[in-house]
Amino acid sequence: MTTPMSSGERTWERLHPLSPLIRGARAASALLVLLAVSQVSSQNGAGSRLDYDAAFIGIALVVWTIQWLVTRWWFDGVTLHVETGLVRREARTIPVARIQSVDLVQPLLGKVFDVAELRIRVAGAGKDERLAYLHIDRATRLRASLLATHHGLDPTTPEPGELPLAAVPASRLAWSIVLSGEMAVLAALLIAFGVTATVSPKAATALGAFGVVYLLGLFTGIWRRFNTQFGFTVATAPDGIRVRRGLLGSVAETIPMRRVQALRTIEPIAWRPFDWCRLEVDLAGIMKRERGAGSPSVTKTLLPVGSTELAASIRSMVVPERGVVRTPPPRRSMLKAPLSYHNLAAGHDDVIAIATTGRLRRVTAWVPLDKVQSVRRVQGPVQRALGVATVHLDVAGRRVDASFKDRDVTEADRLVEDLTVLCRAARSKGASAPGSARA
Amino acid sequence: MRQAELGIAALLAVVAALIVAASAVTVAIVIGAVGLGAVASSVYFVRRRFRAWGYLERDEDLLVRRGVLVRRLSVVPYGRMQLVEVTSGLMERLFGLATVKLHTAAAHSDARIPGLEPDEAARLRDRLATLGEAKAAGL
Repeated sequence: MTTPMSSGERTWERLHPLSPLIRGARAASALLVLLAVSQVSSQNGAGSRLDYDAAFIGIALVVWTIQWLVTRWWFDGVTLHVETGLVRREARTIPVARIQSVDLVQPLLGKVFDVAELRIRVAGAGKDERLAYLHIDRATRLRASLLATHHGLDPTTPEPGELPLAAVPASRLAWSIVLSGEMAVLAALLIAFGVTATVSPKAATALGAFGVVYLLGLFTGIWRRFNTQFGFTVATAPDGIRVRRGLLGSVAETIPMRRVQALRTIEPIAWRPFDWCRLEVDLAGIMKRERGAGSPSVTKTLLPVGSTELAASIRSMVVPERGVVRTPPPRRSMLKAPLSYHNLAAGHDDVIAIATTGRLRRVTAWVPLDKVQSVRRVQGPVQRALGVATVHLDVAGRRVDASFKDRDVTEADRLVEDLTVLCRAARSKGASAPGSARA
Repeated sequence: MRQAELGIAALLAVVAALIVAASAVTVAIVIGAVGLGAVASSVYFVRRRFRAWGYLERDEDLLVRRGVLVRRLSVVPYGRMQLVEVTSGLMERLFGLATVKLHTAAAHSDARIPGLEPDEAARLRDRLATLGEAKAAGL
């Protein structure tokens, strides 16, 4: 459906001609929801504003059509070129070597018209590169050639086959959401509302009008979780880990293995009886505009809910598990961390560090040593009195680190030295290994 | 250098307080006394804080140490440096000082060396930049 345009040797391609329409329709549906909310919250209707909204959509449609007209892209086998903008012309180039992940996103309307959006995440870029929309076949082919060249293969290499690892049944997903923190908040709110209603109905109506927006937000959050993680499947392929998910719209993510900065399993206390956990992966992501904030990592879910055993098997595909012994900190640390002491444990070998922290939610981080950015030792006043210290291994991103919490001082000092040396060794080994492009 | 910087700031605050309270003499005396006490103690604390700062250039990495109450030590490998920043705030400019800041891809790496002489700051910046380039490693 795309129209090739030749200029010189370059074969520029356009986005799918239905793109502006689909974007418009999506915006319109969002607007309708907004309208419904405003109708509910303020009963004396805003019917006359409908024309304004319609006019707004009309103008937006024209803008998007122009945007479609001036946007073109071209892939030369090394770099993806995208040109866009009418007034302020913008030419972006995306070197495949720096790709962090490639997502194929298909909203509900996209499914109807057989189009999909291609999202390409690049380290250090301002934001994701989005090609919205392409015909589904073209998008799949482009993804295949982007990933193939990323791994140093010919761009015409077909997409390699995959090995399915896990699928999440809808019932388990539903239960996991029922047992989540959001649900607890929702239940508490409803109970509180019920109590107020019985004590003084007047206050309840006043509260209800106020709280309906908040409740709606909470509902949307819960619905979004269900919607985006429905039908979750994970598979491995030579070009990376593939995740497919989504109820109304669908998302297919591909994460090249060596882009993984850290892995994390999260076990909320309510899931503990079922031995469930969530597995997340961190990628070096989007550089924030402010300098020095580092590149906040992008978290992707590899398993929204599943048994710890299943999570371990998926994890072992990404980072090799070699039976690292995790030890708890000395008993006197209990005075400093009484609520989390029972969870604290950490250990490392020469390729990976593992650390468990958390109070009610047990969080375990797996950090490959060749991804470590810096080693930090922090000691607060209480820790000094107890003769313990915390050693952090920082990974690219904002919230990711493996912390060896409240270790004995001598052990902490030794850890800083050992880990510094081991990280350096892991790094130089990684750099000399074939196919490790710098990013 | 850094001690002087903060000490003078405190002294300025005391003078300001005196001017404000000039109308009521007893109040002025009390505020002045408190202010002097604050200056004296701040000199002590600032000195301790100043002594806690330290950095060490090793072959492969930079060590930065700081903090009195919470002691922090960062080990930043040269290969992980994304950019080196030299800044000079208003106070620092007043005393001809500069801060060298190291950024890695991790937000928490936290390697800042304040209160350097401009020459030393420039030397450090150039050295770090050169080393960073020589040992650069991918993400």
